[in-house]
Amino acid sequence: MTATKYLSVIDKDGKVAKGKDPNLDAEELRRLYRVMVTTRVMDERALVLQRQGRIGFYVPATGQEASHIGSAYALRDSDWIFPSYRQPGIPLLRGAKIDHLIAEWYGYEGDICKGRQMPVHYSLRSIHFVSVSSPIGTQISHAAGCAMAMRMRKHDGVAMTYFGDGATSSNDFHSGLNFAAVYRAPVVFVCENNHWAISVPVSAQSGTEEMAVKAEAYGMPGVRVDGNDVLAVYRVCKEAVERARRGEGPTLVETVTFRMGPHSSSDDPSKYRDAATVEQWKRRDPIQRFQRYLQQRRLWNEAFEKECQESARATINEAIKRVEATNKPAPRTMFEDVYMTMPPHLQEQMQDLLSLEGPAAADEGAFPL
Amino acid sequence: MTVMTLIQAVNDALKHEMRRDDRVVVFGEDVGVKGGVFLATEGLQAEFGKDRCFDTPLSECGIIGTAVGMALYGLRPIPEIQFLDFIYPAFDQIVSEAAKMRYRSGGEYTCPMVIRSPYGGGIKGGHYHSQSAEAYFCHTPGLKVVIPSTPADAKGLLIASIRDEDPVMFLEPKRIYRTLKQEVPEGEHVVPIGKGRIVREGKDATVIAYGAMVGICEQAAELAAKEGRSVEIVDPRTLVPLDEPLILDSVRKTGRCVVVYEAPRTCGYGAELAAIVAEKAIEYLEGPIVRVAGFDTPFPYTLDNLYMPDARRVLRGIQKTFQW
Repeated sequence: MTATKYLSVIDKDGKVAKGKDPNLDAEELRRLYRVMVTTRVMDERALVLQRQGRIGFYVPATGQEASHIGSAYALRDSDWIFPSYRQPGIPLLRGAKIDHLIAEWYGYEGDICKGRQMPVHYSLRSIHFVSVSSPIGTQISHAAGCAMAMRMRKHDGVAMTYFGDGATSSNDFHSGLNFAAVYRAPVVFVCENNHWAISVPVSAQSGTEEMAVKAEAYGMPGVRVDGNDVLAVYRVCKEAVERARRGEGPTLVETVTFRMGPHSSSDDPSKYRDAATVEQWKRRDPIQRFQRYLQQRRLWNEAFEKECQESARATINEAIKRVEATNKPAPRTMFEDVYMTMPPHLQEQMQDLLSLEGPAAADEGAFPL
Repeated sequence: MTVMTLIQAVNDALKHEMRRDDRVVVFGEDVGVKGGVFLATEGLQAEFGKDRCFDTPLSECGIIGTAVGMALYGLRPIPEIQFLDFIYPAFDQIVSEAAKMRYRSGGEYTCPMVIRSPYGGGIKGGHYHSQSAEAYFCHTPGLKVVIPSTPADAKGLLIASIRDEDPVMFLEPKRIYRTLKQEVPEGEHVVPIGKGRIVREGKDATVIAYGAMVGICEQAAELAAKEGRSVEIVDPRTLVPLDEPLILDSVRKTGRCVVVYEAPRTCGYGAELAAIVAEKAIEYLEGPIVRVAGFDTPFPYTLDNLYMPDARRVLRGIQKTFQW
């Protein structure tokens, strides 16, 4: 844990210092809590499905719920999100259909991406959640470009993009922040500093202890916030979003958080980090912290907790059942959407495949290697 | 009709589309006040303002990355990469993002954009102002690759590319930016993507060439004619998607095939052309398919005239198809 300062709103007992509470409406607070719980439950269920061999891969966000849900909550629903692969709570916050998320894990016919991507690489246009890719940081300059376009068109939208501490080393971090600053584009860069890029600690990633300081060199504000405190993240991002919407340019927000689980279902973090640190961060669990706050405000009790947990599990389990009853996409879909219309060489290759006789090769591929 | 150079035709196409569609934006290094190092974008900022034609920071990665974001939002970006030799920092954005967006999102998100870039040698540009990197992009599903060889085609193909719903690599043969003047239709002029053209009709051998190599092949065809051989030249104009029927019909008619390209020979686009002809028309061939290409060396400076395929090398290639 770093010693440097950042903004917190909720203390470890759930209390808020005077004047810091964003004073959200009671029902909205309970909704935020429910989304955070559902996100956690979804991670747990997905990792079990992966261990059972029912889905091929998964990337959990456990421990980072406050960071991505609190920041996205600062946006309007019409604002654009350029995610990485670790913000599963945003689709839930914005009311995406759970079946769309789960069908994507399976790559079955109900998957918007038509089984073309690994699990958690969602694309959800209906909620302005742009298609996720695996290369690190590429979405950063997309967000800058989208925000430049919003500005050129004189629209009042904001783009928000997410990436980890590892991505601050990427080309696109540099070019995305630089372009956004030069054109004063309405974009908020959310660097979720979860301390680990797979097995590489943040200390081996950057010569600076804080990621937010990098903003200064680009000519934009950089703000560091307690990433396990949903209200603190919301407050800081709300300010950044409003600033962007007023035409005052981009902000880099660093949410200081911790990846409590493995990088992915293929990773065993016990090989490279000690259990004591993980335990220390577990005590700062963002959901428990928010729960204590709600308790202080008499918005939480055991019955509410039970209802949140049970309804999350039921929603997810029912969706899993529905998705598992469906099929893989049809073979011809492999050739579709490469271009708007299928060119002759792809039609020929598709006919070649579809006209083969006898059974296809066994589907034995398994990640990881 | 107006007589124009290829670079003027590019400029004319950009203006035509920017007037027609206010979603079209042009940006890149030095494209604003200066109008581009080759003047392809001359006058655009003055006519359309700084929101629609603007200079960018010196970062190819950022130029294409932000272009992807603009295209996702609904604009029709036309980023310029000053020389194709400098495109490699943007390779990830082109190959992993722009090219994959439609497919990976199940068609939800698309990246209609035209990446314009001068390419090719023969201008004393050394390693870094001469390369022909088209094969990298032809190898990437999701991209279209267009290369004009005349001013009229430059205009018509660029307009078609800007109206296309998929990302297009529009590679301009800079060696012939100003050497070739031709009548170009004024106003609306569209040359469809995926349709090649017969540059010169002949009956004894087919030479396939694109970009600046088309003119070289015309010189070689003249030399071959003096030897009594009638050469047909086919310019595919679009490398992806390819007008296969035009090429195969020509080879089936002549029975001989020479493929000419200035990129390094190994795994160049001409190798794909040779493979297509071999797979689909071998029964018509009366001699081997011959490749005339750049050498498998980095692009030289002083000796660039020896590196570039010239008429005598193309002629030798034609002769080889008869020595069987």
